[in-house]
Amino acid sequence: MELLQYFLDNLELLGTLTLEHISLVGVAVGIATLTGVPIGIAITKNERAAKTVLYIASIIVTIPSIALFGIMIPILSIIGQGIGYMPAVIAVLLYSQLPIIRNTYTAINNVDPALREAARGVGMSQNQRLRMVEIPLAVPVIMAGVRTAVVLNIGVMAIAAYIGAGGLGTLISRGISQSDPRQLILGAVAVSVLAIIVDYALLALQKRLTPKGMEREAAAT
Amino acid sequence: MIRLDNLTKVFDTPKGAVTAADHISMEVPSGEICILLGPSGCGKTTTLKMINRIVRPTSGKVFINGEDTSSLDTQDLRRNIGYVIQQIGLFPNMTIEENITVVPKLLGWDKAKYRERAREMMRMIAMEPDAFLKRYPSELSGGQQQRIGVARALAADPPVMLMDEPFGAIDPINRAVIQDEFLKMQQELNKTIMFVSHDIDEAIKMGDRIAIFREGKLVQYSEPDDLLAAPKNDFVESFLGEDRALKRLNLVKVRDLASEEIGLVRPDDTLDAALERIEAYGYVNSIVMVNDKRQPVGIINAAVARTTQGHCRDHYQSVPVVVTLDDDLRKVASLMFANDMTWVPCVDDDGRIIGQITQRAITHHLGSRYRAHSKGEGGAKAAEASPSPAIKE
Ligand SMILES: Nc1ncnc2c1ncn2[C@@H]1O[C@H](COP(=O)(O)OP(=O)(O)OP(=O)(O)O)[C@@H](O)[C@H]1O
Ligand SMILES: [Mg+2]
Repeated sequence: MELLQYFLDNLELLGTLTLEHISLVGVAVGIATLTGVPIGIAITKNERAAKTVLYIASIIVTIPSIALFGIMIPILSIIGQGIGYMPAVIAVLLYSQLPIIRNTYTAINNVDPALREAARGVGMSQNQRLRMVEIPLAVPVIMAGVRTAVVLNIGVMAIAAYIGAGGLGTLISRGISQSDPRQLILGAVAVSVLAIIVDYALLALQKRLTPKGMEREAAAT
Repeated sequence: MIRLDNLTKVFDTPKGAVTAADHISMEVPSGEICILLGPSGCGKTTTLKMINRIVRPTSGKVFINGEDTSSLDTQDLRRNIGYVIQQIGLFPNMTIEENITVVPKLLGWDKAKYRERAREMMRMIAMEPDAFLKRYPSELSGGQQQRIGVARALAADPPVMLMDEPFGAIDPINRAVIQDEFLKMQQELNKTIMFVSHDIDEAIKMGDRIAIFREGKLVQYSEPDDLLAAPKNDFVESFLGEDRALKRLNLVKVRDLASEEIGLVRPDDTLDAALERIEAYGYVNSIVMVNDKRQPVGIINAAVARTTQGHCRDHYQSVPVVVTLDDDLRKVASLMFANDMTWVPCVDDDGRIIGQITQRAITHHLGSRYRAHSKGEGGAKAAEASPSPAIKE
């Protein structure tokens, strides 16, 4: 009861922090998609490059977020951005590369060779094949990668509150430092609920972006 | 016209070089269907794919209508060659209309023109445009998809078509239907077609010429009837099968072997006269009775004629089995066996009797080609070898 009252009292703050959180993750994963998808497509042309890129991307994911923030503080301090928005976005951007690159790479590589041959056979250039056949077919899997990145990084972004990036993590960090379980719980629950809601929203988007003729197949995956 | 000149493909594999096509030289005249036939792995697909450069030749040349294709841009070349792949390969993200119009679009046709073309193609393959154009491939049956695959290849009206086991993925009944439809279309379209198959019956049915491959080499290149009558070596002979003489039955029409000579009776002939005629024509069992218009109305049994007095009109039985000039010998043979007959009357479009075809004529025809060949005189056209004067129209 007490918790509910607390929740209602702080509704406005909660709303502000949630929007902040979403915009941080949104900007970061947005940029990550713009870089990750082209990288994922590019490495389908060269197996060795693919191995290297995917290896580096997996290593990045294994770096604990706190450590990553720590590394970035001195580096970004040079341009006066050691803490706050910039390192948070960069960290999420880096973490997002793996799911997005890997899914793009796998999806493009897994396009049915028969379709690839048909596309060549009708006389499409390499770019036309990508644009008209391979990317449309890969969209569901690429979107699944974006979803993974978003959900994963909603959690990561909560920790970014420690370097002053804002977002729902602020409630958690304050709850810990002020020994206030209400704030702590509210923050934790809000992060989880946000992750679940965003995941569903993106799933709906993924379905919309899936080419119509593939809905049946996509439903099976 | 497609001409292959010493076309060769050597694949470098971890296990060493594989010669998939070894100096293939052949020519397909304009408007003909050439079937590439042979056991698995003999290089049919490789040869086919070198024509539209899906596989790059190691050496040798491809000429289309006299032009050396190696000087052409790859994309241009492919847009001017219809290509039907074995796995159908319709783009699942595109509607049927988008699939069919993909080449016209790449060629820069304007929208009104390619949309009209899509409707025209649908009518050609006997599918209702309004019902199907907006659907997606996954909403179509296998046979329908196969038809769309053919329509896609034909949409830009290319002079040359490459088809890799195009009807392989459908059940035998549907396959026969699509084969027939395709042959009918080809009669109007007159495309020059290279068609891969591993089914001898399909090859005989569809091919104007058949090229038999073995281990990357072209072993024999002949018209179907010549191939069956005169296989070049043991490999071809065993590949065609022990029943290859029977397969020839499909290729020969009643028209080629029918003779005008036939014994008939009329309703007011006496049974004695009928018996005489049965013996005179060597019919053994029976003779056909016709009306004033020479249409068959029944048969007179020899046994009845022998034991009974009277007129034919009072003693005939059942309506006899007949064939038309356009039936093939396979149907004739089947009717002969089923009805225990050694001859079958032939009728014209109005059902009037114009002659007969006999078992002797058939066996003589099939046998004569082998005899002619074993004496080294092979190569004559089927009709020329027929023993009795063939009926012309
Ligand atoms: N890309 C490739 N790399 C290496 N070897 C290949 C390649 N493609 C085909 N081959 C080999 O070339 C030979 C001929 O293959 P091809 O696909 O032309 O046979 P095919 O006559 O079409 O057989 P099928 O009836 O099974 O389709 C085979 O031995 C095959 O293993
Ligand atoms: Mg093949």
